[in-house]
Amino acid sequence: MKHIKTIINKEWSEVFKNRWVISTMTLLPMLFTALPLVMLATTGGSALSAEIGAESSGLPAGFVAGCAGLSATDCMQIYLLNQFMLMFMMMPLMIPTTIAAYSIVGEKTTRSLEPLLATPITTIELLAGKGLAAVIPGALISYAAFGVFILGGLIIKLSPAVLAYILSPTWLLGILVLGPILSVIAAIFAIYVSSRVSDPRVAEQLSGMVIMPLLLVMFAVLAGKIVINIWFMLIAIVVCTIVAFGMLHLGTIIFDRENILTKWK
Amino acid sequence: MIKTQGLTKVFKIGKKGETELVAVDDLSLEVESGEVFGFLGPNGAGKTTTVRMLTGLIRPSSGSAQVAGFELGEDDTNIRRNVGILTESPGMYERLTAEKNLTIFANLYDVPDIEKSVNKYLSMLDLWERRHDAVGSFSKGMRQKLAVARALIHEPQILFLDEPTTGLDPEASKTVRDFVEELKNEGRTIFMTTHNLDEAERLCDRVGIFQQKLLTVDSPSNLREKMFGRKVVFHLSEVKPEWIDLVTNIAGAGNVEAVDNKLVISLQDPEASNPEIIKALVMAGAQLRFVGEIRHSLEQIYLEMVKSTERGQ
Repeated sequence: MKHIKTIINKEWSEVFKNRWVISTMTLLPMLFTALPLVMLATTGGSALSAEIGAESSGLPAGFVAGCAGLSATDCMQIYLLNQFMLMFMMMPLMIPTTIAAYSIVGEKTTRSLEPLLATPITTIELLAGKGLAAVIPGALISYAAFGVFILGGLIIKLSPAVLAYILSPTWLLGILVLGPILSVIAAIFAIYVSSRVSDPRVAEQLSGMVIMPLLLVMFAVLAGKIVINIWFMLIAIVVCTIVAFGMLHLGTIIFDRENILTKWK
Repeated sequence: MIKTQGLTKVFKIGKKGETELVAVDDLSLEVESGEVFGFLGPNGAGKTTTVRMLTGLIRPSSGSAQVAGFELGEDDTNIRRNVGILTESPGMYERLTAEKNLTIFANLYDVPDIEKSVNKYLSMLDLWERRHDAVGSFSKGMRQKLAVARALIHEPQILFLDEPTTGLDPEASKTVRDFVEELKNEGRTIFMTTHNLDEAERLCDRVGIFQQKLLTVDSPSNLREKMFGRKVVFHLSEVKPEWIDLVTNIAGAGNVEAVDNKLVISLQDPEASNPEIIKALVMAGAQLRFVGEIRHSLEQIYLEMVKSTERGQ
């Protein structure tokens, strides 16, 4: 545990000394928090008045069926929230990627990897340290952004139905449970990429690919092919947990110290 | 302390690993406790690969080795715990301070009193005043000193130094060399790869000349004797041909060459033969001006060995 803590401490000491990394890490959550609030504030006013029936708003039929008892504005806002919540899920994917993508290739380029691997640290300790150093800020920033979003929702006076939707088990599970699991997947993927490439820029770009499955889900939701509900979230949690464990196991097998040291030039 | 038997490393190169590159071939050697061993060889000879194998960083393709009492490939974590390594490039965390760099490694090596050890090496290597500065602002020599401190922070029994003075200016080289000498006096076992033959001659008890294979191992003085024998030069006011025959017949004398006003004589045991030769020459009327032994440098031995290996290939 001491070795893992040391690696986390080392990673954070380096990352948080770099203003650009901090800017990248904070800008996105600020944008993803502010944008939905602005959109909700504007739609809550006049854009979609109560007279416009939900049926005629162009919303997917599967979604509209779940709007029974809600005003058209609430229904539209909940529909928008579904998209924004998925954007919130991007945060735990993107923030760890920024940190983890650099974690191994950065050490290769500064030639600090060899002395590090020459210590008694085990592969699992090294990966856990590097991974957690990326996952923890991702999860914490996502939680903080979600907290700010709820606070913002209260300030712009979202209707009780919309607020209840934000705080529904579906999205609480999504943000509080699925988010960190996605962070773990993103971090392991980025560390794996980082250990295989020789250029930090390539590592960052390739690691960014981890966002693709989530984008597909977003498009499917937009097209009305998927409706996000508690079952969808529970299945996503189970599947992503299995994927995360599988990747962790695979990561320890394929993280080959020798190859990383001798085949990166 | 270090014992290898037939240690071999073959890298598979090419896109599909179709070509084999033998980096280290059948290396068998023993380094005793407290010994400073110099591992000499040209670039690409396999020196760094050997160090990486012996520190448990890469696996040998065949052969075996024991380092600090632990079997390579079976107990690599313990090997890493008991050895220190100064890599070819210092590889420090540039954004972090010198103190932070050492603290990180002290933690990873499970050093009991981290603060004490960090302070000790920062002071010992004249880095105390700059301990709170980011390593990125350090000169090359300072980084190398910090890397030496990092290699020693856990008080390892064995120290591997890979080209410790390469790229350093004369002053920084001297600082590092002096420190290695101090470590030698402390009785640490040091395995050092170097191009600097003068440094090897000064610091090493034994040297191994290596080019994929171990060509020879011995102390610098024994190597000299093995390669060139011992030659003594007698400076005379003049050389008469009959004096050559005279000294050739003296027991222990080998080849005798007359060069200008000098007689260069190969001797098995100069300490025993010199008095007799001097006596014979003086009695024959020679005016002896000076007697001295020809000392071949380690560089000459090294070049001769490497050249003859290349010729053999």
